[in-house]
Amino acid sequence: MGEHPDYGANRWRRSDDWDARPLRMDLFAAEDPESGFSAFNGATDPAPGVEIIGGEVVSMDGVPAAEFDMIDAFVAAYHLDLDIVPEAMAIPSEQLARMLVDMNVPRTDLVRLAKGLTPAKLAETVAQLNAMELGFAYSKMRARQTPGNQAHVTNAKDDPLQMAADAAFAVALGFDEIETTMRVARNSWSNALACCVGSAVGRPGTLFQCSSEEAEELEIGMAGFTSYAETVSVYGTESAFVDGDDTPWSKAWLAAAYASRGIKMRCTSGAAAELLMGFHEAKSLLYLEARCLCLQRGMGSQGTQNGGIDGAPLASSIPGGVREILAENLIAVWLDLECASGNDARHSESDMRVGAKIVPYLIGGSDLICSGFGSILKYDNSFNPSSFNGEELEEFLVLQRDFEADGGLTSVEESRALWLRTRAIEAVSHVLKDLDLAQPTIAMQRSVAAASGSEDTDSFTPGDATVISEAVRDRNITVLDVIRSLHRGGFVEEAENLLFLLKLRLSGDYLQTSAVVRDGKVISAVNDPNDYRGPGTGYRLTEARRKELAAIRNVLSREEVLRFEAASKAEESARIDYRTMGPARKGDDPTEVVVGLSPGFGVTMFKTLAGDPLSSVLLAIRKGIEAEGGVMRVVRLRHTADTSFLGLSAARLAGSGIGIGIQAKGTAVIHHRDRLPHNNLELFSNAPITGLEHYEGLGRNAAVYARGDAPEPVVVKTHGEALGARFHARVALLYAIETAMTENNASPEEINLAFKESGDE
Amino acid sequence: MSDDDLQASDYPIAEKRPERVAGARGKRLEDITVDTVVSGNVTMDDLRITPAALLDQARIARSVGRAALAANFERAAEMTRIPQEDVMRVYELLRPGRAGSKQVLLDAATDLRARFDADQLARFVEEAAAVYEKRGLYRNRF
Repeated sequence: MGEHPDYGANRWRRSDDWDARPLRMDLFAAEDPESGFSAFNGATDPAPGVEIIGGEVVSMDGVPAAEFDMIDAFVAAYHLDLDIVPEAMAIPSEQLARMLVDMNVPRTDLVRLAKGLTPAKLAETVAQLNAMELGFAYSKMRARQTPGNQAHVTNAKDDPLQMAADAAFAVALGFDEIETTMRVARNSWSNALACCVGSAVGRPGTLFQCSSEEAEELEIGMAGFTSYAETVSVYGTESAFVDGDDTPWSKAWLAAAYASRGIKMRCTSGAAAELLMGFHEAKSLLYLEARCLCLQRGMGSQGTQNGGIDGAPLASSIPGGVREILAENLIAVWLDLECASGNDARHSESDMRVGAKIVPYLIGGSDLICSGFGSILKYDNSFNPSSFNGEELEEFLVLQRDFEADGGLTSVEESRALWLRTRAIEAVSHVLKDLDLAQPTIAMQRSVAAASGSEDTDSFTPGDATVISEAVRDRNITVLDVIRSLHRGGFVEEAENLLFLLKLRLSGDYLQTSAVVRDGKVISAVNDPNDYRGPGTGYRLTEARRKELAAIRNVLSREEVLRFEAASKAEESARIDYRTMGPARKGDDPTEVVVGLSPGFGVTMFKTLAGDPLSSVLLAIRKGIEAEGGVMRVVRLRHTADTSFLGLSAARLAGSGIGIGIQAKGTAVIHHRDRLPHNNLELFSNAPITGLEHYEGLGRNAAVYARGDAPEPVVVKTHGEALGARFHARVALLYAIETAMTENNASPEEINLAFKESGDE
Repeated sequence: MSDDDLQASDYPIAEKRPERVAGARGKRLEDITVDTVVSGNVTMDDLRITPAALLDQARIARSVGRAALAANFERAAEMTRIPQEDVMRVYELLRPGRAGSKQVLLDAATDLRARFDADQLARFVEEAAAVYEKRGLYRNRF
């Protein structure tokens, strides 16, 4: 082995490039099961098992009943169905894992067995599935057939005008639930009133919650402003539970309390909460989540907000953490719980990690794909930036379109969005004035209507919102007062919509598992159960829904391309005339370079993809040719639209044997008469970034080749643009127009160019 | 049809069995309109869920194999009789360290039975009292 040379480099600069990417702001943690940093294999995870003697659980997952902590005790008493335990626990976890991904094993069979499985057994089973199997099993096992989504609606000023406007937009997008919270805790009543009014604009039935302190949240619900809650957090270790200032019994008490007031409720738990709180007991993320979820089923919660949640960034720092989040979500739906499947707290600074994480949920569906999609800008999200936010909304809409997967959202036309915002601002302003809560001005309303976020508004401040909030609370204002006020102000439809939601309480229909309101009707796991049994079953897009998903903003059509070209036609006809002079002859001037135009060049199409008028392109080419002592002759070729054949045909007509072929979209080639069609001298394939200076260079080089010299090829520099994504839809449409104009055996025609503006011919 | 026959096909009850739905003061769904709200004939009490409605939902939940959810609805049905202050007072007592001794929780359970005829909730609190004792939760936290 020779001596290793020193090039004076101490670091490959690619590493600097990598360091500068957003990904590298993410922290990644080493696996360390003793310290709780393990997704699937905790240092002290127990082996599954249950011992029942005389109808009593005497041990569960290796812990004797006498040593049960509160969670064990609650799970044994309320989750485990002792009639099913012997049968379910006897099935090897490998077999259960296979049943989860077997489309021939009905969901209902697996749900029944889950009632007899301990947390350790559930965890051991799902841990055997790879990420794709987890995603598939999740899709098969989720409770309600029709997928849905939930939005955050908050702003950094707690401004009620913006709150209402943003709520109305979120409702229009199709969110089944919207959730607000406050920058300033005291502003809860103001935010609740404003969001509630905004959510009644456009259509009825969007469920609404105001995340607040437990007692206050219930009071706001009892005043009729909110219709659901998801703040009932549970934890997987007793110490974390106590540190969170609750017990399984206190949380179960709250679960009953919400139901007793006709308010939909789900619990919350997610990987790594215990780790964040410092009480992990050296257990894996998955095992602790399995405990949380059994607890939630046991307490009679209809559902769970589950999947990392606030712990998602920490869970994702651990190897396999994102797979673990999928695995815990699978346990949730296997336990027959509604699953608002996280995808809220942004787990990474990398857009690519975020985009990858959403895919299984988007294509597999979920009761609520995000348990908080940020419908507002990141900085306005008073929870935390979500995986998807106001900024990335259109990416989500496009992903739905790409995969033909229903993420619960539908595009809203710009004019409709503005109309809804204005209507919501009018409605909430009326209520604030009418109930003598505040005096919004026209200037405030205007600033909010068009604002993308609160940094653009000149409206209520957090302090103003506090005054409103305290007045709503102290004067015992209820949603009935708001309904009457809306009616007085002529907002009859909004009054009807609010009352519709309120009346849902009486039957309690929306308390059942996975209930949301669609088209004025409650759908849930009871009347819309997921019956997936393989292709053709389960949730499928209707043709109407498929079209809705396809209808994103700014979609290019053939008509639009032709309209654009027609607009350019008038401009070009003021600059250039293409005069057809009859059949083209073969030249004998050795300095002559023939330029072969495609059939549509200057006839149906007038600009290159880079946006340059074709007249300017021809001037640039001529300038280049003449600079090197050549002469340009132009012919129209109608037998082909292919660049190579255009170039070769032109070359065979040229006295020098050198030709340039050029398509209307700007793709060009230099060819020689003796070369094979696809073996050209120079090719300019990146028309979208090919500018006039490049066409001039092309002309120069053609003239140099004509002389018999070898010029330095012209290089059109790219900077990694996704040119296919930017242009191919337009290219395909344009090129189809040109190919349709070709005629077999059409002869080349001599063209005289008459430039009008420059007056040089 | 007896109450016990309620099943998935009766759901949503507001659509399929609207005759079973009424507010806490007996107002029916069709009596609650924007007009009656505007004329002041509707109060928040008319929009409160009744124990009967919760028990109906419990029956439906049981009929589709959701016994734990049904049990929660049954506890909730009892809780409809309990004023908000008492609901929150017992909740507070169930939080760690709030009850200084087991007896405080047992007294709360007795109260639930005596004043609100809430036997399931009382048993639930008694059960918590026993577990908290075992786990040493009667300790001061602040």
